[in-house]
Amino acid sequence: MSKTVKIALAGEGGQGVQSVAEIIAEAANEEGREALYIPNFGVEQRGGVSVAYLQIGTEHIGSPKFQKADIVMALSDRAVKRTRQYVDERTTFVYDTSIEGVEEELPKNAGRILGIPAIEVSKNELHPRVFNIIIMGAVIKATGVVSEEEARAAIEKKLGYKFEQNPDLRELNFKAIARGMELVEKAQ
Amino acid sequence: MAEKPIQGEKRVFMTGNEVVAWAALAAKADIMYGYPITPQNEIMHYWTRMAPKYGKRFLQTEDELSAGFTTLGGVLAGRKAFTATAGPGNTLMQEPLSMAEMMRIPSVVIIQQRGGPSTATVIYSQQEVTMTTYGGNGEGFRIVYSTANHQELFDYTIKAFNTAWKYRFPTFVLGDGYQAKMRESLTIYDPEDRGIELVKTEPFIGKEPVNGEKQPVHIRNTYNTEEELFEVITKYLEDYTRITPEIIEHQEFDCEDADIVVVSHGVVSRAAKGAVQELRNAGLKVGYFRPVTLRPFPADRLRAVADGTKTLLMVESSLGQMAKLVKDAIFGSTVAIATLFKPGVGVTSEEIVTKVKGML
Amino acid sequence: MTMVPQMPKSWRLETKPHKFCPGCGHGLVLKALGEAIDELGIQDKVVFGADIGCSLLAWDFFNVDTVQTHHGRTTPVVTGVKRANPDVICIAYMGDGGGYAIGSQHLVNAAARNERITAILVNNCNYAMTGGQMAPTTLPGMKTETTPYGRDIKETGYPTQGPEMVAAITREGSYIARGTIANLKQLKSFLKKALENQMAGNGFSFVEALSTCPTNWRTNAKDTWAFVEKEMTKYFKVGELKNPAAKEGE
Repeated sequence: MSKTVKIALAGEGGQGVQSVAEIIAEAANEEGREALYIPNFGVEQRGGVSVAYLQIGTEHIGSPKFQKADIVMALSDRAVKRTRQYVDERTTFVYDTSIEGVEEELPKNAGRILGIPAIEVSKNELHPRVFNIIIMGAVIKATGVVSEEEARAAIEKKLGYKFEQNPDLRELNFKAIARGMELVEKAQ
Repeated sequence: MAEKPIQGEKRVFMTGNEVVAWAALAAKADIMYGYPITPQNEIMHYWTRMAPKYGKRFLQTEDELSAGFTTLGGVLAGRKAFTATAGPGNTLMQEPLSMAEMMRIPSVVIIQQRGGPSTATVIYSQQEVTMTTYGGNGEGFRIVYSTANHQELFDYTIKAFNTAWKYRFPTFVLGDGYQAKMRESLTIYDPEDRGIELVKTEPFIGKEPVNGEKQPVHIRNTYNTEEELFEVITKYLEDYTRITPEIIEHQEFDCEDADIVVVSHGVVSRAAKGAVQELRNAGLKVGYFRPVTLRPFPADRLRAVADGTKTLLMVESSLGQMAKLVKDAIFGSTVAIATLFKPGVGVTSEEIVTKVKGML
Repeated sequence: MTMVPQMPKSWRLETKPHKFCPGCGHGLVLKALGEAIDELGIQDKVVFGADIGCSLLAWDFFNVDTVQTHHGRTTPVVTGVKRANPDVICIAYMGDGGGYAIGSQHLVNAAARNERITAILVNNCNYAMTGGQMAPTTLPGMKTETTPYGRDIKETGYPTQGPEMVAAITREGSYIARGTIANLKQLKSFLKKALENQMAGNGFSFVEALSTCPTNWRTNAKDTWAFVEKEMTKYFKVGELKNPAAKEGE
């Protein structure tokens, strides 16, 4: 990976896009790669769309924000509208298929548009609390910035203390990563 | 009390605000005074979590006037005291800092610039350059380091304490909301383990009697006559001019044969660096110049660069606050000047590349 | 034989006679303070902060460590000193404008935090150094340069009652009193107790001293004295408002 991969993750507050970005950034850093993560913050974060800007590469990262992303992942109606600006013909735009009536809003200029049923899978198949981990799986599959093993290690580091008390939780999280990766694979 | 906060060298991944708190600990700062304002809050948050473990103190004041003046009180008592602020807080802090200038109080202030004027945004800008370098009623007898990444935020926060106490001018680390909030890697270390000597502090007031004899000191910032003040300012100017060569820092590359030199500072210089490298790879004669100290300004070197190129392209997240410093420094040069000003908004490499290509 | 006026030991002889106007009360307040410092034997431990206004003229008044600050900002400066070095005894010396107007947020918050400092505020009912404008303490109906027809309380509100305000926002450990230069013995005892309260580590101590300003009041000696003794005390009651030591002792 010579080029810096630029990722924008956007969702509603509580969907956990910031923690996903942070875990991926830390995982990449652990592997000795250069990572830069910056949230949108400020007045907008209260009740607004939460956007995480993430860049991962082998060399020092330039400016913290960027104009166009390699991957945009939008998890709500408002997030789709908010992140269209980061899309060009090289961008892979990933959105959640459970967002109603969003088709019209999708950025037509994107290189690829992938719809994934992450919200549905988290509700009906796994557990709503691992929704963001499914997203994390989807991001790493779509970008290749960290491997599944590295992602697992990063989650272990972050939530290991919880897993000690409840080993099922570890299983659930790891399954969520795999499932997220699968969703992107199928959509491609 | 625990031993050194940082053992050996450690690669870490953290936000810039956390970096500042660690750096202040590493520099053996004694006390922080502060008032909440975004985007610097987490400096206080990390400091208040870590400081008590190392016998350090914190005071949350009623406003930035008080945060500034209590910091000066802490310094006068001979302690390594610091504060951090942003935007409207920086505005209020100009009052205590003009007192620091007048009384040569080695205060250290971290500024995380946010949008202006007024409350504007809590996010980011480079619009506090004029205020931080020349704010308050005075002549700008200050030292201002403009950092670009977390490693520098760590290095220059440590350095700021040393510079302040060595030269006795108020010293600033000028960061911004991006640097405050973003996470990236850096190496933290104990400065003394690296052979960086930490400059000793001494009290201005409240000194212990020597051999049982107390020699009271009287320090002031008010003078009775114009001549009295003029004498003081003249002496300060002499001191400031004399130490300037020891303090100024800058970075440059590919300026020798460049037709266009991109001038930027702080976080924007990251984008400028990437852009210049890309343009060079494309065979275009473009150079990079970045003042690290905005006050004093690396004027002589920039003047030489200006004389050796055709155009200076000034790029910053303000309407030309750095550009004013540049123009002052190169006065008399016939170099052409171009600008890419984005007040309160970040600048990317792509924008600079596009701008330069449009000029060639 | 010339009479040498008796001066407190802590006064700095080189700067005497002092620079206050004839009839000004500052000299008397500073005399009471000097004697209190002498009697407590704390001259080598005191850090004296002088505000802007006429209190500025006290910057070289004592043979104690002194820092002259900005208008209203002496409270935070000595707070910063005390927080960084609790071994020194910190005094913030200010006027009514400095304490009740431009620096009121500092006074209020230092009191609320129970800072272990001693604030001394000289109340002469006007901004004297700048030529006699209305101050927070200007009495109703009183003429100043900015209330040439007398202070109209409908326009400008009532005078600030500082010690009462500070008493209302402080809890245990604070010492609060209002003295007057018309009773120097009592004023000295208030100042002494205020310093002792700091030395005991109890909390914030605050003494307002009613004082005179014949220059701006445009009064002769007799009227000056009558004003401080009769007019001012009608509105500003002299006495102790809070004294932690008294509670313990009684």
